[in-house]
Amino acid sequence: MLRYSLKRLLSLILSLAVASLVIFFVIEVAPGDPASFMLGINAQPDTVAALRAELGLDVPKAERYLSWLAGMAAGDFGTSYTYRTPVAGMIADRLWVSLPLALYALTLSTLIAFPAGIYAAARRGKPGDAVVMGATQLGVAVPNFWFAMMLVLIFAINLRWFGAGGFAGWENGLLTGLHSLTLPAIALALPQAAILARVMRSALLDILGEDFMRTARAKGLSRRQALWRHALRNALIPVLTIIGLQFSFLLAGAIIIEQVFYLPGLGRLVFQAISARDLIVVESVVMLLVFAVITVNFLVDLAYALVDPRLRART
Amino acid sequence: MSLLEITGLTLKIAGLTILDRVSFSVASGEIVAVTGESGSGKSMTALSVMRLLPERAVVNGHVMLEGRDLLALPEADMCATRGREIGMVFQEPMTALNPVRTIGDQVMETILIHRAMDRDAARARAREVLDRVGLPADRFPLTRYPHELSGGQRQRVVIAMAIALRPKLLIADEPTTALDVTTQAQILDLLKGLVEDYGMGLLMITHDLAVVSDMADRIVVMRRGEVVEQGETRQLFARMHHPYTRMLFEASGHRVALPEPPPPQPLLEVKNAVRDYRLPRRHLLRDPGHHRAVNEVSFTLNRGERLGLVGESGCGKSTLTRAILGLEPLQGGEILLGGQPVWSGQRPNLDVRRRMQVVFQDPYGSFNPRHRVERLVTEPFHLLDDPPRGAGRREAIAEALTAVGLQPGDARKYIHEFSGGQRQRIAIARALIIRPELILFDEAVNALDVSVRARILDLLADLCRAYDLSYLFISHDLSVVRTVTDRVLVMQAGEIVEQGATEQVFSDPQHAYTKALIAAAPRLPEVGAA
Repeated sequence: MLRYSLKRLLSLILSLAVASLVIFFVIEVAPGDPASFMLGINAQPDTVAALRAELGLDVPKAERYLSWLAGMAAGDFGTSYTYRTPVAGMIADRLWVSLPLALYALTLSTLIAFPAGIYAAARRGKPGDAVVMGATQLGVAVPNFWFAMMLVLIFAINLRWFGAGGFAGWENGLLTGLHSLTLPAIALALPQAAILARVMRSALLDILGEDFMRTARAKGLSRRQALWRHALRNALIPVLTIIGLQFSFLLAGAIIIEQVFYLPGLGRLVFQAISARDLIVVESVVMLLVFAVITVNFLVDLAYALVDPRLRART
Repeated sequence: MSLLEITGLTLKIAGLTILDRVSFSVASGEIVAVTGESGSGKSMTALSVMRLLPERAVVNGHVMLEGRDLLALPEADMCATRGREIGMVFQEPMTALNPVRTIGDQVMETILIHRAMDRDAARARAREVLDRVGLPADRFPLTRYPHELSGGQRQRVVIAMAIALRPKLLIADEPTTALDVTTQAQILDLLKGLVEDYGMGLLMITHDLAVVSDMADRIVVMRRGEVVEQGETRQLFARMHHPYTRMLFEASGHRVALPEPPPPQPLLEVKNAVRDYRLPRRHLLRDPGHHRAVNEVSFTLNRGERLGLVGESGCGKSTLTRAILGLEPLQGGEILLGGQPVWSGQRPNLDVRRRMQVVFQDPYGSFNPRHRVERLVTEPFHLLDDPPRGAGRREAIAEALTAVGLQPGDARKYIHEFSGGQRQRIAIARALIIRPELILFDEAVNALDVSVRARILDLLADLCRAYDLSYLFISHDLSVVRTVTDRVLVMQAGEIVEQGATEQVFSDPQHAYTKALIAAAPRLPEVGAA
């Protein structure tokens, strides 16, 4: 297990190194000059030169890459060109919205998907299965911003249980913060839950057909006991894979939902930074997201090993 | 009163009659074998007793266990009966255990699910039964996982699970079919010993008459869902009232007459062949090491000769087969076909490849289901520089299909329209179509029923006469190798430990391993002895 974890950790570090290189070179080095790109076509040559100096573009590339890395490691992401504030602070503010939102949505999605998937698998081909599968079909098909608008219409405008948008902040307590994230989290979670429930169901059905499930029944386990004790853990591998992918998506891909609910999240930040050609912000956020995705993958790999002893044995 | 009394058991699935008025009984301490070919309903009979049938199954009749009708029990009572009063062992030990839970956990579960003991007592009992089935504590602690065990060891775990609560009845469905002969002999011994020690009744399902004759007190012969004959083992073999029983018996020991091989002239020469596999790297800087699957193997197969290769799983026979076919490079030595190397430089030699064909074990998995037979059998044509087209191609297909006993019209059909035996004929047609100099049969008749297998062996003998075939017949089934080969190689742990004329080796084995193999193989009884 230790060897496996160390190997995964090594691959995490290598992936991060490669990713940072790619991001750096794609954004900074590839076509054209970042300074003139950021300033647009009508910029004066002396403004471009000033920005070049400010961005440190006159330094050799390798040196710039290393100092960029060193800066990030120390928490210094540079200064936003448009906002004239440190990028680290901007990202941190947004992360305090996006990360809890993603976790909240992922928790909801898992809480909905697991029971639904297990229920449907246990009643394969019966009306209960058909109902759950129909609902998940709908969940996959309907876009989440439509869900979001329906939620606002029903729970914010008609019932007035929640605010229609905006984020209350964490200063007023955990519950207040969570309360203002609830509708967006539900809107994000439902489509993800639909996908996850379908994966859960099909993974379970695969396992239910395995020989060892018959062995379990022959020992005297009821259908339900066999499902819980033997099928579930085996079915977790594909489910964990999907959860990992979904978390990455939720962290970065919530942009539409953030727009619908006026949430100051990472998605909006990237969107604004791209429109404003604020390359330093884009670069930093992308690197952060890559870091998040790779870390989540690392955690998923560790979870695999916890679930399946065969992976632990294979170094 | 019998322990298990099955009367008038009828089973229908989706309107199809699977079992038709099956009746027989098993007494305590008795071994009853149910035998028959695939589709005879023998496994379904076992699953009916366990009530683990597919969902749409409709069952009628009575299955009485000590006077209680299992078919009438509510599901909850049936759950309390399974594992506690009836234990079951299945065919496929590699997949019968949950891969993510320890063996101790899985054996204990049988005990705990029935609330028969507390956890500590259950753990002690699990240890005790694992010891009993031959998995001692020092090498097989309860914390082992299934993937750390071999097939035979896993089957012992499955047996331990089944007997943990000393059930009155043990059902074993083809318990040794997936195992090597020596392992099979050990598992059969174990089962026999358990019946004696615990006084259990054993209901054993098997297609192998030789296993049955060694083991069973009584035999039930089934065909197409009906019991055609049953009786005390020796008497049943002596009488064999029903023609189906006689056919099964004859097909099991089927012998073919091969034509005399021509005078020796080397075709395939394997010289000091070595095949290493890299082991997974355990340490970053240390050399990961190698596993030598084939170690300095040398032999010659002459033109027109039928050579057998026997050995147990993991002995390197499949690796050697792949090397001969040029699918994998060697790490030492060389393989020549007609004097030309199979592997030239870094790549397989196509000139040689096209002169060899192979027939694999699995008649179901080795065809693309979306292609018609004509395309399937002409697959080897891509090895030719100028494959026949148009009328020539049609003639070649018709000839190949006719040679294996099928109709030229079958060329337009898809593979799912054929039975297992017919599929194996198509596989042989596919091998024959480019008239290779050498054919490799890799466990080619193992998945087939005895009657089908007998006809395929006849076909081989016919083809030998018609086409002067040279082949290498790889199998772990000694009785088959004995009849379809002139000479045989015995392989153990990557080395050829004995070779010689087939009859010579079988009747007077020299090497200890060969002797052990032959002794372990179950034998059909001499008919008419009783």
